Amino acid sequence: MAVITVDGKDIEIGDSERLNVIQAADRGGVAIPFYCWHPGLSVVASCRMCLVEVGQKNKDTGEVAMQPRLVPACQTPAKDGTVVVTESAKVKANQNFVQEGLLLDHPIDCPICDQAGECWLQDYYFNYGHQKRRADVKPFTSRRKDLGEHVTLFVDRCVMCSRCVRFTREVSGEGELQVIQRGAHAEIDIFPNHPINNTLSGNVNDLCPVGALCSKDFLYNQRVWFMEPHNSVCTGCSTGCSTQLHVSENKLHRIQPRYNPNANDWWMCDIGRFENGHVHAEERIDGVKRKKADGSGWDDVLWNDALPEVEKLLKDAVTQHGGKQVAFVLSPFLTVEEAYLLGTYAKQVSPDAPLFLGKVPVVEADETFKAGFTIRKERAPNRVGVEAVIKHFQAGEVPGWDAFKLAVESGSLRVAYVTGNAPAVWNTDSEASVLEKLHKLVVHDMLPSPIARKAHYIVPGVSSAEKDGCYVNHNGLLQATEWGVRPTLGAHVDGQTFSEYLGRKGMYHAASVIREVAQKLPFFARAVDGVPEAGLNLITGSEIRPTTTELGTVTHPLPTFRSVGSPLLEVERV
Amino acid sequence: MADFEPVLLANVGKADSWTLPVYEQNGGYQAIRKVLGGMSPVDVIETVKSSGLRGRGGAGFPTGLKWTFLPKDHPGPIYMCVNADESEPATFNNRILMEDDPHQVIEGIMLGCFATRARVAYLYIRVEYPTAYKRLQSAIDECYATGKLGQNINGTDFSLDIFLHRGAAAYICGEETGLIESLEGKRAWPRIKPPFPAVEGAFRKPTVVNNIETLACLPHIINRGVDWFKSIGIPSTGPRDPGSYGPKLYCVSGHVEKPGCYEAPLGLTTRELIERFGGGVWKGRKGKMSVPGGVSMGLMTEKEWDIPLDFAGPGKVGCLGLGTAAVTVMDETVGIFDYLTYTCRFFAHESCGQCTPCREGTSWSERILQRIMAGKGRLKDIELLNTIGNSIGITPGTTICGLADGAAWPMKNAVTKYRDEMEAFIKKTNPNGWGVEDAVEALQLVQLGH
Repeated sequence: MAVITVDGKDIEIGDSERLNVIQAADRGGVAIPFYCWHPGLSVVASCRMCLVEVGQKNKDTGEVAMQPRLVPACQTPAKDGTVVVTESAKVKANQNFVQEGLLLDHPIDCPICDQAGECWLQDYYFNYGHQKRRADVKPFTSRRKDLGEHVTLFVDRCVMCSRCVRFTREVSGEGELQVIQRGAHAEIDIFPNHPINNTLSGNVNDLCPVGALCSKDFLYNQRVWFMEPHNSVCTGCSTGCSTQLHVSENKLHRIQPRYNPNANDWWMCDIGRFENGHVHAEERIDGVKRKKADGSGWDDVLWNDALPEVEKLLKDAVTQHGGKQVAFVLSPFLTVEEAYLLGTYAKQVSPDAPLFLGKVPVVEADETFKAGFTIRKERAPNRVGVEAVIKHFQAGEVPGWDAFKLAVESGSLRVAYVTGNAPAVWNTDSEASVLEKLHKLVVHDMLPSPIARKAHYIVPGVSSAEKDGCYVNHNGLLQATEWGVRPTLGAHVDGQTFSEYLGRKGMYHAASVIREVAQKLPFFARAVDGVPEAGLNLITGSEIRPTTTELGTVTHPLPTFRSVGSPLLEVERV
Repeated sequence: MADFEPVLLANVGKADSWTLPVYEQNGGYQAIRKVLGGMSPVDVIETVKSSGLRGRGGAGFPTGLKWTFLPKDHPGPIYMCVNADESEPATFNNRILMEDDPHQVIEGIMLGCFATRARVAYLYIRVEYPTAYKRLQSAIDECYATGKLGQNINGTDFSLDIFLHRGAAAYICGEETGLIESLEGKRAWPRIKPPFPAVEGAFRKPTVVNNIETLACLPHIINRGVDWFKSIGIPSTGPRDPGSYGPKLYCVSGHVEKPGCYEAPLGLTTRELIERFGGGVWKGRKGKMSVPGGVSMGLMTEKEWDIPLDFAGPGKVGCLGLGTAAVTVMDETVGIFDYLTYTCRFFAHESCGQCTPCREGTSWSERILQRIMAGKGRLKDIELLNTIGNSIGITPGTTICGLADGAAWPMKNAVTKYRDEMEAFIKKTNPNGWGVEDAVEALQLVQLGH
């Protein structure tokens, strides 16, 4: 074990770990402030906020030789015997000066700034800055430039940490951003007529530690302190990025990536981030619908009446046509728990009822970026998980959507229960026309669609933002998502509906169901004690890398704050 | 010292001194012939090391020692970058060498490359030197035409190509890693060290960066020997002082009768430079102060003019160092704030903007000084300038490169050496507001556009 000493406190780090002093100090609960350093980007050591005093302890004599100058903690590797001082007068004076410098030309327009409340400049100034402004510079100018479809720049709020520039060069690889001008006039810009429109562009807004780069999507939408974060998983593709839903007053305001070295590192794509309009869509299905006998429209059915009706429909069909002709289509957008409950129910309706995997939308190819981040061509979150569930209930190959359509066309299926649960471009009239052949069709979905219009019953489902559950990504990583938004009025959480079909009493509780799944299905055995934040590797069996040890969060680096610098702040806090 | 014969400037002033025939008539290209005739790279490095030659670019780092930092047995390529981005205000010794004796420079580059096993040299020349650029290029062409550059020079296995690269007028490109970044086609933001260029420099390969004047000394060391070189200058005074040996080109400008570039042994005093070479302070006035070696080195008062201008001298009176040995003389009519305003404006303009303390510190000090010059100074501002000066630079460790030190030293020296004058100026120009404590009140006193 290598031991480093930070402010007189010994901190142990693993021998094979390559940590810098910021990371190592964080292990011991000592927060070193920084702007430009980011664990996912190259080190430039240019903001100079993380300067500390560093020395080396002589193993034999115990003597400490300190370097005469301040050094950047981000650039200094933590090695056995490294001694770090973060609280000396010299260190504080520098933090003080850097803060003062950054605010010289800063507009200080916090009241109208989107970043206020999660702004590092605000927080650091509070902790490390002067009490009084010595600067005699007339500050207020506030220029705004549009850099791309999702990105806007408030020029004078920038602290020139160059994180965004490095991101476009090192992670997305498109290099749209650059620094123009020199010295105090330096600013971030795009090359003329080449806006930042790559599919990772939203990440630069997260990376910006201050209010310079703002998301146009979120701009002036909500003050950040009113929003609650909810851990979620992106359902846009089979990468399964760990995300956070930021919600206030039951409204989803924005989605940000959540650090997970097993899935997405610090990033997520713009598709998953911005294409969430369906959550609060006007046209959401707001109750169970029964098609009128003449097919001219829909009757609303009360939930209490609807479930027995649907159940009767299915059971009658089994009696009438035999179980083999009653199909259940399990969408890859269902969670593992939902797929398991619906599968169980199907087999309860008839042990012969065939299960099909719903349509897995696929685009032409994976899109892989310079640093390895990939948007998968498989645009569904849980194909692997739902397949595993179907395999549990019926041996052999898992039949897919095309097999389902063929079976319908050939007349070997009479009745079907189809789950959808996603806004889908593939869901077209021509795709739906095949289903006309069915005798009866129940569609479980959240939005009206061509397929839903063919249904005899529509049971409203919810979006991924509204439900608890687990998804298994392309690599076999099982991750849990939690609800952030209550189901839209009239809709029920899918798992609840399926529970009720099964006659289970009480509220649907995803965490209990996944434990049940883990006990019954060997594929999910690892989830028997619940699902940790970083997820579980179901296929590779390799160890999960934890999410907490590498200062991974993009939104804010510091879990703990010290009060230093200003006597005003040295008030005991409760 | 009176009988000192110019060495580096020996050919300057002769007709067509920049052509190959003239250089060869005066003993040119003897050194490289001698080296190729039987010396090994290690021999050359040892010779240069024992000569005590120190870099003339400003930092004064021992040249031979710098070369030994290159990784041993590196498969190559190793690059030589020649720093001719002479941007320090009032410095023009490299220009004289490049314009009037480019072959001497080229021979120095050849010797440096031979010693360091570099096979490609990039000469980074500032764009404001068109004549130097043209003469160097034609000198290089002459060398290629006569087989002095290119493959297998003199039939040996030593090959060398020299490329000229013109900068785009930025002071920061003279910082060695800024130069390398600029050479690679990037923004000249100095790199963090380690790794040092000797380990990972241009195009991620080991790289030596040497100044023009340093390299121009090499042929003479090889030709005349270590003992000759060490007989010139000021010997080492202790273990921490490697000594200041060899001839040096001193530039003198400003308020003197005969500004120019003069060669003298290291250790000339400012007063000697002004009296013997510069023709004395102009118009019969009294001298007030001078900068020892480019504005970034700080400020010397007239009383300190007897300090020898060697690598150790200016440091003894609180200056940063010898720098480029470009002395700018100011007579008694120059106010301390005039000097500071122009100096700080220069550094605010040239700060690359990478490190926060330098970017903000330089521009803040410029704006404070503009306000003082506009008659709105406060006594507090003197302390503020001193604080800024003490907060920026690699000396306290708060920046990546030394540009901020250059910006800090004039402020620190001025406050130390001319505080009385500064206070008097502020009280005189701002009789009602000099005592204002609060920055907000100062804001109301003047609104500056920036």
